[in-house]
Amino acid sequence: MEHNEDLKKYISSEKKVLSVKGISILLLLGIIFWLSARGSELSFSELSKGLPNMLDYLNRMYPPNLAYAPKVIWPMIQTIEVAIWGTTLAIICAIPLGFLAARNIAPLPIIFWLSRAVLNFFRAINEIIFGLLFVSAVGLGPFPGVLAIAVHAAGMLGKFFAEAIENVDRGPIEALEATGSNRIQVIVYAIIPQVMPQFIAYCLYRFEVSVRAAAVLGVVGAGGIGFELVTNMRLFEFQNLVIILLTIYITVVGIDYMTTRLRAKII
Amino acid sequence: MIRVKSLCKTYPDGTEALKDVTIDIAEGEFVVLLGPSGAGKSTFLRCLNRLVSATSGEIFIYNLSPITGSREDLLKIRQMMGMIFQEFNLVNRLSVLTNVLTGLLSYKGTISSVLNIFSGEEKIAAAQCLERVNLLDKALVRADNLSGGQRQRVGIARALIQKPKILLADEPCSSLDPKSTADILDFLKKINREDNITVICNLHIPELAIKYASRVVGVSKGQVVFDGKPEKLASDILNRIYGFKQPEQSDGT
Repeated sequence: MEHNEDLKKYISSEKKVLSVKGISILLLLGIIFWLSARGSELSFSELSKGLPNMLDYLNRMYPPNLAYAPKVIWPMIQTIEVAIWGTTLAIICAIPLGFLAARNIAPLPIIFWLSRAVLNFFRAINEIIFGLLFVSAVGLGPFPGVLAIAVHAAGMLGKFFAEAIENVDRGPIEALEATGSNRIQVIVYAIIPQVMPQFIAYCLYRFEVSVRAAAVLGVVGAGGIGFELVTNMRLFEFQNLVIILLTIYITVVGIDYMTTRLRAKII
Repeated sequence: MIRVKSLCKTYPDGTEALKDVTIDIAEGEFVVLLGPSGAGKSTFLRCLNRLVSATSGEIFIYNLSPITGSREDLLKIRQMMGMIFQEFNLVNRLSVLTNVLTGLLSYKGTISSVLNIFSGEEKIAAAQCLERVNLLDKALVRADNLSGGQRQRVGIARALIQKPKILLADEPCSSLDPKSTADILDFLKKINREDNITVICNLHIPELAIKYASRVVGVSKGQVVFDGKPEKLASDILNRIYGFKQPEQSDGT
């Protein structure tokens, strides 16, 4: 009987959700949300005041100006082209950076930390900000968009690559080392075959993201459909605007669908 | 000829995997290192080809040292030692043939190997090794399509293509069923006899050690506690290796 009492005591010592710790975490979260609502001026009354304006926007979008549709096809294609080259350049940069930023491959700790730092910097700064920088450096047009996407996507992909490389199965590496293979042979025969499917899947996913990013980049003067978007907004051409939004929507959904199918095939 | 003297290995986390191990192994022996999991058997094998660096002690393999020797010495040691593993350690996404060919990488230039260029002779050598382990029909299949026993045979073919003098086998049957276990150990015994390859094999099942070994080395907590013919493996020795309690003396006699 005494033994049962001990068991009960032992079992009931399991952590409870509504402990002092749990309640204080909830309280802290509540304070953060409340402060953030004040800081960001969250306001239902503003929302309800703005509602008629939004309905007015929607009203003015109708009917869509179908005659404008052929004019957005080329800018849309240009946006996709920006995404294609932005992603491609990103992959080319990200592969060496990814290997150097993988703890199990980096030849020296200093190289590991440097590559990590570079990748983190590329990732921390949004495409739009890089876009603004490159537009002022190389001038208006799609090319600064390519560069902006390349830099930011290289940061993303490089980190993904590094993590994939760090998570490979050690076994084949060990086996190849045991045969006397050198470092490069180990990378080519034991690591690359393991990470290849993930690499390709990341690249396809990143291409999807790049298309969306490229569409927005036009807003800061980096060509493509985004450029048409701001132009029409400034001219209050809402019936054209709706055509642009629909074009972006259809393109992005179409590309998502294709890359998802491709990814499913690879993995 | 392998000479190991006062070998110690302490891992960075403080685990003392090997404590003062001294063993000589002659050409042609089939040595089974017998002991429970965590006894230090895997560490011992990995010190021989320097997959793990020893903390102190001496190792000589045909007069080359994996501890103090040059890079070239280590390469020669690795080339003359084939190794097979508990989890087979094949590259799953490559073909069986390519997996076998990776056993030759150390003889090839970096550039031709990176470009995946293997000569006709090399491919024929790989095919012959696969024929020996009875897997020639699977040569072009991806390695992850094989069963466990078949994968271990590919592992053996990868070791054989090195034309090794010594074969290290780290728990080669722990992931296999009894039938495949017998096949693999029979095959190791066969290459031990026919090719005069010295085999050093880690096992944790005494019956298998008794059946296949020409010499058993009992390992417990990083130390050698038995070294002799398999016939001499009496139950008190097994108790010492596995840390079983001595049977109680007071049962009725």
